Amino acid sequence: MTTSTKLRRSMLFLPGSNAAMLSTAFVFKPDSIMFDLEDAVSLREKDSARLLVFHALKLRNYRAMETVVRINPLSTPFGRQDLEAVVRAGVDVVRLPKTDAPEDVHVLEREVERIELECGREVGSTKLMAAIESASGVVNAVAIATASPRLIGIALAGFDYVMDMQTERGDGTELFYARCAVLHAARFAKIDAFDVVFSDVNDDEGFLKEVELIKRLGFNGKSLINPRQIEQLHNAFAPTQEEVDYARRVVAAAELGERQGLGVVSLNGKMIDAPVIQHARVVLQRAQASGVRR
Amino acid sequence: MKIVKEAIAGTLESSDVQVKVAPSEGTLEVVVKSEVEHQFGAQIRAVVNDTLGRLAVSEGIVLVEDKGALDCTLRARVQTAVLRGGAVKDLDWSVL
Repeated sequence: MTTSTKLRRSMLFLPGSNAAMLSTAFVFKPDSIMFDLEDAVSLREKDSARLLVFHALKLRNYRAMETVVRINPLSTPFGRQDLEAVVRAGVDVVRLPKTDAPEDVHVLEREVERIELECGREVGSTKLMAAIESASGVVNAVAIATASPRLIGIALAGFDYVMDMQTERGDGTELFYARCAVLHAARFAKIDAFDVVFSDVNDDEGFLKEVELIKRLGFNGKSLINPRQIEQLHNAFAPTQEEVDYARRVVAAAELGERQGLGVVSLNGKMIDAPVIQHARVVLQRAQASGVRR
Repeated sequence: MKIVKEAIAGTLESSDVQVKVAPSEGTLEVVVKSEVEHQFGAQIRAVVNDTLGRLAVSEGIVLVEDKGALDCTLRARVQTAVLRGGAVKDLDWSVL
């Protein structure tokens, strides 16, 4: 497995049953858009949401961005039908909720492959994401993160997790171990890590404080429930002008060293090795995507 | 596919469409009401008829009340209403 180069800072949740939101949400341009067939959809609308998402996935506007669908667990009467719909419709990534063990990913992987074969889709082209929402999932995070080469990332889901831990959302202390465990598992597996949603959309200060924390920890991005949070998140993840200038110098020095056949190069007397160069490229990628931090 | 009971799908919210289906012997009647009837009435009827054709619905009453839905929403709502009102055992995704 190799580290992903796709930028995934913002993953916007959209209720799969809301026709108006599905018709327009592409204008907000998150890095990934996630249609939800699980908790955001009532039991009586599971069938209608599945069909709405099935057709929305085929819209040209959504084909231009990474699409993710959170299906219902495969243990429910809805999960397999969801999977049939979204794999056939060409979804980029299937997000599995409530992943407690690597076996959950294995079962999903087998089902996805069966559908790909049946509908003529290239085997392996449907990527997966596992959401960790329990103590069991956190304890098994490494095994889950390495369970399939289709996995592009793992996500921590806060609400169910704190319920399982017999606590509630607070200042983030309650998520500290889980965040670190999920993040380390993702880094070990060389896949992306996504943080929990921040549900109070009117608390900009609290949101930005949480974004700063998860960015510093090393998360790739965050699940979002309101389009308003996208720009705030992208700006917080954007590098400063100083960081961009330094990254440009690092990349230029590295390219010069490569042309000269040097294994290691230096900039202002400091050694520049592969991780420094890789980080500089990420900084430039973020700057290209959303400019410099305001 | 035969419509065997009354069923409804969708909402009357903006950008959505509500579709009602009911059984009828021998004929297929499609009634479309839309806020954009003048501009898109023909297109709406074409999408509804195509969707019904793919599901092999040849009998029944289909009432469509459109609130400015995209074609993809219209297809999804017609399919949901028909599948809810029809006698479907195994869904064939390739026709949807």
